[in-house]
Amino acid sequence: MAQSAPAAARSSQPFRLSEGGRIDRSRSLTFRFDDRELTGHPGDTLASALLANGVHLVGRSFKYHRPRGIVTAGAEEPNALVQVGRDPRTEPNVRATQLELFDGLGVSSQNRWPSLEFDVGGVNNLLSRFLPAGFYYKTFMWPAAAWETYEKAIRQAAGLGLAPSKPDPDHYDKTFAHCDLLVVGAGPAGLSAALTAARAGARVVVAEQDFLLGGDLLSDRTAKIDGRPALEWVAEAEAELRASDRVRILTRTICFAAYDHNFFALHERVTDHLAPADRPEGLPRHRLWKLRTKQAIFATGAIERPLVFRDNDRPGILLASAARSYLNRWGVRAGSEAVVFTGNDSGYATALDLKAVGVRVNAVVDLRAAAEGPLSEAAKAAGLRILAGHAVTGTEGDKRIARLRAAPLDADGKGVRGSGQEIACDLLVSSAGWSPTVHLHCQAKGSLAWDEAHACYLPDRSMQKGQAVIGSAAGAFGLASCLAGGEAAGREAAGALGLEAKASRKKTQAEDRDFLPMRQLYCVPSDKPLGQGGKHFVDQQNDVTAADLLLALREGYRSIEHVKRYTTTGMGTDQGKLGNLNAIGIVAERLGLPLPEVGVTTYRAPYTPVSFGAFAGRDVDALLDPVRTTPIHSWHERNGALFEDVGQWRRAWYYPKAGEDLHRAVAREVAATRETVGIMDATTLGKIEIVGPDAAELLNRVYTNAWSKLEVGRCRYGLMLKEDGMVMDDGVTSRLAEDRFLMTTTTGNAAPVLAHLEEWLQTEWPDLEVFLTSVTEQFATMTLSGPNARKLLAELCDLDLSTEAFPHMSWQEGSVAGVPARIFRISFTGELSYEINVPAGHGLSVWQALYRHGEKYGITPYGTEAMHVLRAEKGFIIVGQETDGSVTPLDLGMDWIVSKKKDFIGRRSLSRSDMADSGRKQLVGLLTQDPKVVLPEGGALVEAMRDATPVPMIGHVTSSYWSPNCERSIALALVKGGRARLGKTVLCPLEGGKTVPCTVVEPLFFDKEGDRLRA
Amino acid sequence: MLLIDCPHCGPRAELEFSYGHEAHIERPKAPEALSDAEWADYLFLRDNTKGVILERWVHSHGCRRWFNVARDTVTYEILAVYPMGAEPPALERKTYV
Repeated sequence: MAQSAPAAARSSQPFRLSEGGRIDRSRSLTFRFDDRELTGHPGDTLASALLANGVHLVGRSFKYHRPRGIVTAGAEEPNALVQVGRDPRTEPNVRATQLELFDGLGVSSQNRWPSLEFDVGGVNNLLSRFLPAGFYYKTFMWPAAAWETYEKAIRQAAGLGLAPSKPDPDHYDKTFAHCDLLVVGAGPAGLSAALTAARAGARVVVAEQDFLLGGDLLSDRTAKIDGRPALEWVAEAEAELRASDRVRILTRTICFAAYDHNFFALHERVTDHLAPADRPEGLPRHRLWKLRTKQAIFATGAIERPLVFRDNDRPGILLASAARSYLNRWGVRAGSEAVVFTGNDSGYATALDLKAVGVRVNAVVDLRAAAEGPLSEAAKAAGLRILAGHAVTGTEGDKRIARLRAAPLDADGKGVRGSGQEIACDLLVSSAGWSPTVHLHCQAKGSLAWDEAHACYLPDRSMQKGQAVIGSAAGAFGLASCLAGGEAAGREAAGALGLEAKASRKKTQAEDRDFLPMRQLYCVPSDKPLGQGGKHFVDQQNDVTAADLLLALREGYRSIEHVKRYTTTGMGTDQGKLGNLNAIGIVAERLGLPLPEVGVTTYRAPYTPVSFGAFAGRDVDALLDPVRTTPIHSWHERNGALFEDVGQWRRAWYYPKAGEDLHRAVAREVAATRETVGIMDATTLGKIEIVGPDAAELLNRVYTNAWSKLEVGRCRYGLMLKEDGMVMDDGVTSRLAEDRFLMTTTTGNAAPVLAHLEEWLQTEWPDLEVFLTSVTEQFATMTLSGPNARKLLAELCDLDLSTEAFPHMSWQEGSVAGVPARIFRISFTGELSYEINVPAGHGLSVWQALYRHGEKYGITPYGTEAMHVLRAEKGFIIVGQETDGSVTPLDLGMDWIVSKKKDFIGRRSLSRSDMADSGRKQLVGLLTQDPKVVLPEGGALVEAMRDATPVPMIGHVTSSYWSPNCERSIALALVKGGRARLGKTVLCPLEGGKTVPCTVVEPLFFDKEGDRLRA
Repeated sequence: MLLIDCPHCGPRAELEFSYGHEAHIERPKAPEALSDAEWADYLFLRDNTKGVILERWVHSHGCRRWFNVARDTVTYEILAVYPMGAEPPALERKTYV
């Protein structure tokens, strides 16, 4: 920590007052802004520290690269966005107004090159009349092919900060929480509500975005509660809340989203305010709170609106309330010679406070014909120069405001008289009025009501139960109203929770001052038509002017949502917290509509930007998604397998030997399986035990074929449809006992099939007595396949494996390598195959025993890729590859498995008129006329090439491989009217203009009689 | 995120559940006797009520049991939870314009 004498610190911060505010002048903090080293104090934000050093220019604007300064003192800041830290521990677009200062903090300004003071992009400002609203849409639409070129240039010029180039080195966390009452905002209303409910016994969470409690009271040097300084009341309230074990206070925590049934998302910045060396090991950088509460109170305050006048964006032009906050909370005067521009009484508070600390207030320019109201009267009494019925018509100054013009305003507010008078200033503050922060109320689908007197939207009715809005967020702009409203809401929440809140013995005493009377002007006129001689900025972050909004209206946009998107007003990271109502007002006036008829744009989460890290939490890297591995996985790894992800399963894909690529390895695995014996880990196939007296009946209803007569000990292939007749899954099901079946599903469909069966059983057929149990992970499954499979298995198995004793499509219980096993003689390769199921814990040892005994036969482990080739040679489908949710069994040519005698899920759909259409896509085989060419999977198929596009597509390739056993390429495809095209030629056009002619054939390429299978 | 009161497990967050669309649609007893239009009506056509709807949910990541819910599609308020096969409780079938 840098320690220096208070006197020295003060002298280095020329705009810091010698006393007052919530900062610790006994300690100095050194920070870097671009290449300047500056100091501030604990309690400062970056913005307050910059202003204390006289720094107003903090960035260049998004589109015109105009010099921009700090405008606000909070979350609504549009301009003062900075890049914090160094890559990779860096974050762009951080609001300087909320960034807490720490010793060693390093930040850079954004959107400037080569430097903030001299910025080449500033030429855009001179070109601005060629950069109107919708510029990108208009300019870069044609020719479409050039978009890729445009995009690079635009991306280079656009955007503000820089994203880190490497993975985030910090860690983040998520927390679930439940409470009786969530209070968002710890100003006077929120604290009052929290105190009342906590005293009644409610479990309360208080969320405050700031690092201090008190809300607007922190910025008020005169407010009193019960005759004492208001911050004393705040301190006592905080102490009482912190002492209660039922209350949790979350500071630096923004409640950024309201979801259904009082579920809220909160973003807590846990360690950002600490110097890196002071960040405790083990604490996350940010924490995402997912909070469910029974009652919610939004005490989110109000945000002051700026006035929209010509060239209202120069550094040194602030919100009146912001200048007051810097003065009273941080002991910083934002200038030496000030002008206050207001249309209501609250602007005078800033004028009076500035005067009180010795800032020269050169004028108060008041839109109102007469300055009325308690503070206006006090200003008069204090001798301030008031220009009533005047407007600021323009400003001048290069990188800081230097002077302005003020002229008498017409009675209708649409024009000014004369060019007015010039007033020098280095600080101009404005106040149009206050907008309640209704975001959470609106996100929760609460309605708004227009308050004409205050020119603002107020929360009307909550859509969800147990929600209330209080304080200035609800239009209670006076301190006494906030305190009383908070207490009432706290009591009501406690009552809804079944708790009793005692009425306080005496009413908390405070002043109750509104900001009325006011005069609302959404756009302040100047001596020239709008858009000439300067710009009236509505949205400073996105550089949207009042003239842009009018242009959008002239071009035909009417809906405020369209105007917003076309002009991009309100679409920056600040989401238009300052500008939206002004934009709506300007649009309403031009359309000649009452403002409420224009409507409001949708309030969407998040209220302020949330780091991706907070959403990701610990679900990164290996924890991103569970990985499922089989009991034999370690063997695959040791034997050099490459893996592919099938859902969450990691399956052996192929086992390359030295020098082999995928193609060579798969060719070897496929050939070995046909020539001697291959072994595959099939554990991942879904396994469901179906038990109960009605088990066979359930199968009858969910499979297309019949199951009642399947004997115990036999297996049958089944095809499962959805009720729309489309293939959902397939697999072999075996009868283990009269009332017990084992169903296998495809790897990816294990859970969906179980859910499908459960749904039918529970919702439609509760009368069936059947239980379903997933046993996928209870068994390890290995497949021996190939001419030597029987010989090998016989060495380790106690069963008679002869075809007579153990025919194709049957199963038996025996032992393999001394382990109890179920052996199924079923085949997905077309070879003599045995699927061996053993208890999962024995999987590895049985696999190793089979492998050891198989070495003399040249046993070859094969992966999923070889399996795909082997089954394609036989024309066996893979659900999800040959089918895509729009394919019926008839399309697949599998009519043989569709029962004509019984009903089943999907049957009626198969006789819909469309199903008989001969033009439906049907499964066929394709043989390229050049046998060496392997078609790309997904390749489009056409009948003939034409010069004119589009060429009608008649289908696509679903599977395509080099088949070592056929010594040529083979493919499966879905082709319109495919079976009628047998023997005909279709074309597969490839990238680069090449077209591959293919002959349509039956989808069966190898061992057409099936002799090997039944060997 | 809805808070759904599973009849077997109690109130749990929506992400534990899967949605099962409109409730009380019975599978026709004799599908083959239906016209294509009647079958399509059973298969595809669902009410799109602005107001109280009766729908099915399953506690996929809990007890895996199906049940019925009466929910207001405007406020998202859950008005009742009742078992499969039961008649819907008497409710004010509020609709909105």
